[in-house]
Formats: sequence, structure tokens, C-alpha cells
Amino acid sequence: MNIIVCIKQVPNTTDVKIDPVTNTLIRDGVESVINPFDTYAIEEGVRLKERFGGKVTVVTMGPPQAENALKEAISLGCDEGILVSDRKFAGSDTWATSYTLSMAIKKIGAFDIVICGKQASDGDTAQVGPGISTHLNIPQVTYVKKVEDIKDNKAKVERMMEEGYDIVETPIPCLFTVVKEINSPRLPSLKGMMRAKSAKITKWTADDIKADPKSIGLDGSPTRVVKIFTPPPRKGGEMLKGETADIAREIVELLKDVVI
Amino acid sequence: MDYLLNEQQIMIRDLARKVADEKIRPVAAHYDETEEFAWDVMKAIADSDLFGVYIPEEYGGLGGGVLEMCLVAEEFSKACGAIALGFAGTGLGTMPILLSGSDEQKKKYLPDIARGKRLAAFCITEAEAGSDAGSIKTTAKKEGDHYILNGTKQWITNAGEAEIYTVIAITDKTKGARGASAFIVEKGTKGMEFGKKEKKLGIRASATREVIFTDCKIPAANLISKEGTGFIVAMKTFDSSRPGVAAQAVGIAQGALDHAISYSRTRVQFGQPISSFQAIQHMLADMATQTEAARALVYATARMVDSGAKSVAKESSMAKLFASDIAMRVTTDAVQIFGGYGYMREYPVEKYMRDAKITQIYEGTNQIQRNVIALNLIKENLKKK
Repeated sequence: MNIIVCIKQVPNTTDVKIDPVTNTLIRDGVESVINPFDTYAIEEGVRLKERFGGKVTVVTMGPPQAENALKEAISLGCDEGILVSDRKFAGSDTWATSYTLSMAIKKIGAFDIVICGKQASDGDTAQVGPGISTHLNIPQVTYVKKVEDIKDNKAKVERMMEEGYDIVETPIPCLFTVVKEINSPRLPSLKGMMRAKSAKITKWTADDIKADPKSIGLDGSPTRVVKIFTPPPRKGGEMLKGETADIAREIVELLKDVVI
Repeated sequence: MDYLLNEQQIMIRDLARKVADEKIRPVAAHYDETEEFAWDVMKAIADSDLFGVYIPEEYGGLGGGVLEMCLVAEEFSKACGAIALGFAGTGLGTMPILLSGSDEQKKKYLPDIARGKRLAAFCITEAEAGSDAGSIKTTAKKEGDHYILNGTKQWITNAGEAEIYTVIAITDKTKGARGASAFIVEKGTKGMEFGKKEKKLGIRASATREVIFTDCKIPAANLISKEGTGFIVAMKTFDSSRPGVAAQAVGIAQGALDHAISYSRTRVQFGQPISSFQAIQHMLADMATQTEAARALVYATARMVDSGAKSVAKESSMAKLFASDIAMRVTTDAVQIFGGYGYMREYPVEKYMRDAKITQIYEGTNQIQRNVIALNLIKENLKKK
């Protein structure tokens, strides 16, 4: 089974600060890590390989230093890493990013499953996974919390809902975005780390993946960021004091005003 | 201090630290309380390949040596000196095979140990043979293609949990110390049983049991080296394993020290953090200096062992003696810095103090280490004349 995992390198959210003037992330000096949601995608890819055999290829679009994220993925059990990197990709929104990744996946060739984290911790859009499947014209199941089985060219998965879950059967090839409930990612192994150290990361430019210049980077991105702002802090709730019975009566009155 | 570790050693240390922080530290108090064996952690260590750091590559390991074993034991012990013994006790049980075993024996046992599929244990101590290892009573009698073992080993680390046991038994009573031999016994062999699990002051997550042999029949091929070399096998084992105990002690000391530093910065008395008081500062400074000195001695010894030096008994004993005494002192001071909180089991440092104590006792009490050191000093002096 050929499995492709798409990942993103993001600033480590535990120490992210917001520039109070521009309202954007201060990225200088912030350590880059694999998007936490993507670590579940990597783990699931490796587990599917262990269950069904095959190979896991991990792909990212990003600056040259994103190579580190790919090497980390290899230390966690992925077989091969592909870095799609080109200055022409700068300014990509989710549309251009998912187009770019889909072109890279087409270049990889035959595949059975594409796995993405449900969203990135920096942008939080949850659009790239579904975008890739649309560009590839394959079925997608988002918020997958369990892969029950894959056989006879069909995959049966559990899709997390607010209350409970759906069981979805889909033909393969298909794309999953996964939630953190799906597994608990392993730590790297020493042999994996050594394999990662000597692993050769494949690097592809916009030309290599035959990307349409009008569909990538800023030009290929219909999204315009109009304004970024920090939402005002929420006001504290109203505290009622007194005897319990009085408070209960007061709450009923308040609820009448607010809700009804 | 920069110990000029190579790239692979840094990788091993950093991964061991990660395993310790993510898999051991969160469960250390739980297993100390329940006294259960931390099999989930053993699985995580196995998955990380760390069980194989000191095993040659041809037997499925990473090809490191005693220094690599020490780096891992130290990192694990920073989080929990007891769970670390699943690793370090396996190292002790493996050494006789690694240092004195035949190629067949190595091929048969080392790959599983390297993968963490099977743990190991070393059996020498008996009720009447502690420091006086020469008075062991367990016998091994040759009968055709087999040896028949009889006797009871006591306080065996990893006993019951491990699958591979290296056992010292007497093959010829008339020859004294030259009448002992070393054997490999696999768990499940008929005639091999385990006593009840001991209740201990510290290292409570480590399994300690009796190993009882009653007409236990093992293949003659399980003899390590030759008949009569049992004590040589044991001494060679201790030369390589004592730095591991020392590293465990350094880890325990460092773990307690780290807690003490953090606590001293948050504990406010007389309107200021107690870390602002010179009385506390000087304690911390002494604790840190002693721990670093112990680490330096341990690493230097481990490197000497790995270099293939002929005689390392004195240095191994020095490392074990010094590091374990330091661990006891540093952990006691850590409890002192925590004050009343330090005495409470709800806080982490009293466990370090309980765990530290064993490092002064096992794999040769520190009194025995001093005997070894002194004996070597006298021998060296004799040679000069």
C-alpha cells in the first residue's frame, strides 16, 4: 500500500508571541516543529504500513529548513521525504498550497491513501487536506478517528462527530484528515534517527512538479487577508452572592431576560 | 560541562532524555506507589532501540559501549532510578554473555536483548553470600549433556520479569573460588521458580525476587566460558557494570538537584524565594559541583573500559563508590531544601533519597569497593618495587 502523508512545519505554539503592532506572529527565534496534528497523520501512516505493508512517503511544501521536519518524520518510521520548495510558492494561501501539494502527489505517482492532520496549528483553517483531495479528484474523509480496515479497494473509517462518530466506507485512493484521538504518536527510534540522518530528501521546484505559474504563490492565491487582530479579552461573568435559594431565583430571572 | 560526546552519543542521550521525560517521569510516582513493574515503559524503551546501545551491531545492537549504557542509565534515572533498572539490570545480566559468552550464545541471546524483546538478570547473591561472594552454595552438577542446578539466589533485580538469567553456581566444591561457573538459564526452564516479590525502601518499581533452582536441568551448551571461570566472568561483569550503577547514581543525584533548584525559586519564606538565601545557594552549589565531579569520574571510567584497558577494577569501583556516596548526600540535601514538603510522599524528592540508598549497597557495597580500590593500590605499589 502506498501511503502519502502531507505535513507542515509550524512555529512551536508553546512559545509563540504576537506582535502587538502588526498583530502577526513573531516568527524570529521561534523553534519550528512538525504541526502537532500532522504527527498523528505520520503515526497513522506508519501504522497502516505496519498493518498492511507498503511504503510511507512524507511530503511538505515549505522553505529549505522544512527538510528537518521531513527527516524527523523519517526517524518516526516514514520511508521517504519530499520537499517541495521554490521562491515562487511564497505567499500561497490554502488554495494554492493544496494545488501545489496535489501536483507533487501526482508526480509521486500511484498511491492508495493520502493522510493529513486535520488542520495546522498556525493557520487553523483545516482547508488544505480537503483542497488536496479536490485537486486530485479523489474522495475525502475528514476528522478520521479510526481506520477500521482497508481491503478490496475500500477503506472503512470512523469519522469523529460532535456526538459520537460516523462509520464511512470509501473507495481508495482517497484522502483522510485525522484527529488526535486516532492514535498516540510514538517517539523516534535510534535506528530511525540514524536512517533520517543519512536519508536523502528529494527536492522539487515548481517546474519539477509542472505547476501552472498562475496557480501557485501569491498569484495563485485568491485569499486576501484584510485585517488581523487579537480579539478583545472576554469580560468576566457576573457573580451572584447570597443564599443559595436567592441565587437560584435570581438566575431564573436573569435567564428569562437573556435567553427567552 | 562539555564531555565532548560524539554525534551518536548525543543522539542517544537526547533520545533517552526524551523517553525519560515523556514516558518515565509521568509514571514514576505511580509505579513507586504500586510497586508494579513498568512494562509499558519497557515497551517504549524497546521501541526506541535504546536497549541495544551497548550491544555490537553484528548482534543487532548499535555498537556502543559502557559509556553509551551510562548515558542512557543516567537519563532514565533522572526521572526514576527504579524504572531505569529494567534497562540497567538487563545490562548487568547481559554482560556475562557479552564479555565471556561464545559466538553461538551471543547470536542466540543478544539480538532479543538489543531489541528489548527479552530482559535479562544476573544471579550471584545468596542468603549467606553477599559481600562474601565466594561462599555461594548453589551447585551445578554435570550429567551427560546437561547441568543440574540446585540452590536459591536472593534479591535478584528483574527476577520474574526477565527471560534470560546469568547464574553463578559451584561446579567443584573442592576448588573454592576456582570451582564456580557461569550459566545461562531461560525463564520457563523446569525446576526454576521465583520467590515472592520483595518490599523495599526504594527502587520500588524494580522487581526483586528470589530465584530458586530445584533439579533445574539446563543444556551443557549454556555454560559460559569454561568450568571454573565463574568468578572471573563475574568480576569482568562488575568491571563493566559498576560504571552503570554509578551513572544511575549520577542520574538520581541530578534529578533531585533539578527538583531542588526549581523548588527553591518558587518557595517563598520571609517574603522572598528561598533561592535568594545564601544558605540555600551554597547547598545547591555544593550539590551541583559534587554531581558534576561524579559524572566526570563515571564518564572517564566508562571511556577507559571501552578503550579495552586491561585492568579497570579499581577505576570502576572508584566511580561506583564516589557517585553513589554523592547521590546519597545530594538527595538528602534536596529533601532538606524542600523542608517539610520534602519529607512528604506527595512531593518527588524523598523518593530520590530512598532510591539513592541502594546504589551504596548493591553490586558490591561501598565497603567492598574500598577493599577493591585499596587492594589494587597495594598491588600497583608492589609492582613498582
